[in-house]
Amino acid sequence: MKAFAYVNATSERDAVAALKFDGIALPLAGGQDLLARMKDYIDTPERVVNVKNALDRTAAPTSGGGWRIGASMKIVDLLEHADIGKMYPAIIAAATDIGTPQIRHQGTVGGNLNQRPRCWYFRNEEFVCYKKGGSRCFAVNGENQYHAIFGNDGPSHIVHPSSLAVPFVAYGATFRVIGSKGEREVAAAEYFTMPDDELLTHVMLPAPGNVKTGHYEVRYKASHDWPLAFTTVVLAMNGGIVQSGRVVLGAVAPVPWRSKPAEDALAGKPLNEATAAAAAEAAVSEAKPMSGNAYKVPIARTAVKRAILNAAGIKTV
Amino acid sequence: MIEFVLNGRGRRVRVPPMKRLLDVLREDCSLPGTKEGCGEGECGACSVLLDGRTVCSCLVPVVQVRGARVVTVEGLDRGGRPSALQRAFIDLGAAQCGICTPGMLVTAAELLRHARGRVPSEEEVREALAGNLCRCTGYQKIVDAVRAAARGASRDGAAGTSGARAPGRSRAGTARAKRSRTARTKRSRRRG
Repeated sequence: MKAFAYVNATSERDAVAALKFDGIALPLAGGQDLLARMKDYIDTPERVVNVKNALDRTAAPTSGGGWRIGASMKIVDLLEHADIGKMYPAIIAAATDIGTPQIRHQGTVGGNLNQRPRCWYFRNEEFVCYKKGGSRCFAVNGENQYHAIFGNDGPSHIVHPSSLAVPFVAYGATFRVIGSKGEREVAAAEYFTMPDDELLTHVMLPAPGNVKTGHYEVRYKASHDWPLAFTTVVLAMNGGIVQSGRVVLGAVAPVPWRSKPAEDALAGKPLNEATAAAAAEAAVSEAKPMSGNAYKVPIARTAVKRAILNAAGIKTV
Repeated sequence: MIEFVLNGRGRRVRVPPMKRLLDVLREDCSLPGTKEGCGEGECGACSVLLDGRTVCSCLVPVVQVRGARVVTVEGLDRGGRPSALQRAFIDLGAAQCGICTPGMLVTAAELLRHARGRVPSEEEVREALAGNLCRCTGYQKIVDAVRAAARGASRDGAAGTSGARAPGRSRAGTARAKRSRTARTKRSRRRG
């Protein structure tokens, strides 16, 4: 690890000021990703700013009937939060299998959303890839079995590593961020393609309303691994008919992937097995797999179908 | 100067703030029980309890434990004797090379404390230990030892005495259960 200066920020303003630095300054929260990256020389910050004490560690109800979650809230505290569990079950479903118990005990909500890609080229200091300021993505002509099957028209083919990002987008969350120009709120779906010169402070969840939600993950291993593909669906219902819905896929694209074709296939339909199968088929209709990951297409289809069945209360294997 | 509570006693160390808790424990606090495996939060060998919850001490800068309670494997014994959990690991052969053992014990101790006398299912034990890798045992004996310790603890709690086996509560049948019963009998003899 390269030597660096350490700053302990105690307020949001402090943190922003300390991160504005003529050199490389990076925020430290749980440290579960940053410290490992520093040990591997993937990142060599000159200044590390501890933001854990500067940012909110709690969750609180909002006046609109929703909840706001502080970026410094630990994943384990989110998991044990009874009200969030009741109102937003898909968030808990996604948080349950993040990393290991040790990582959930130390990792934060903000850290989970902002962790860097898990791509093996990104994580190898020898490869200066697009995500590290280089000019190419080595997965294109390399080993890409865990890479993207959607959103492959862009320059990078990583899959977004955050488990929480997917249900947050599905519930229509907004993120509160602060920077040197002040604070603002952005839609969760926009956040992941923004320049990273602002600091995430809160996740704002709207009141879910009359919705049915489902979450399904396909994994090689039961724990201690990232899913191969997963899906959260949040469906606004009118009796037994789906009025509108959000279908968001994870681990399949460089960002949490909202599937418009699947959402269109659900709108106005009764919530049953045929609808689920049609929406899942629609979701993968726009897949563009790489040389080594076409196998992920049927896995993604299964994740969408079972997430919808899960929302319908129909048991899957 | 960083102050924290280590295995129940106040401790002060004068170290760089970003020094890993793992190194502070081993080098500055003379507690080498906590082991380093991967150094990246993947193997769990360096697990310690931080305010009652397991964390990988290789990924915790010591500055983040200021004012916190830290428990290492050295803090799990009962007055200088192995705890029921440690005894079960020994009796059931749940340790081989030993590198993962301190982390396994710390994580299992947290599980048993949360279980409050209930015997966790095999699935629960496996899930709780998911962040602790072992390359020797194949895990089965570790899972068995944790559950054997929980059975001992729950029976002790239910019966109110350490050695007595209440009639009708027998879980006899497997060789494993017999072995652990023998172990408990031996233990109570030694204590007696």
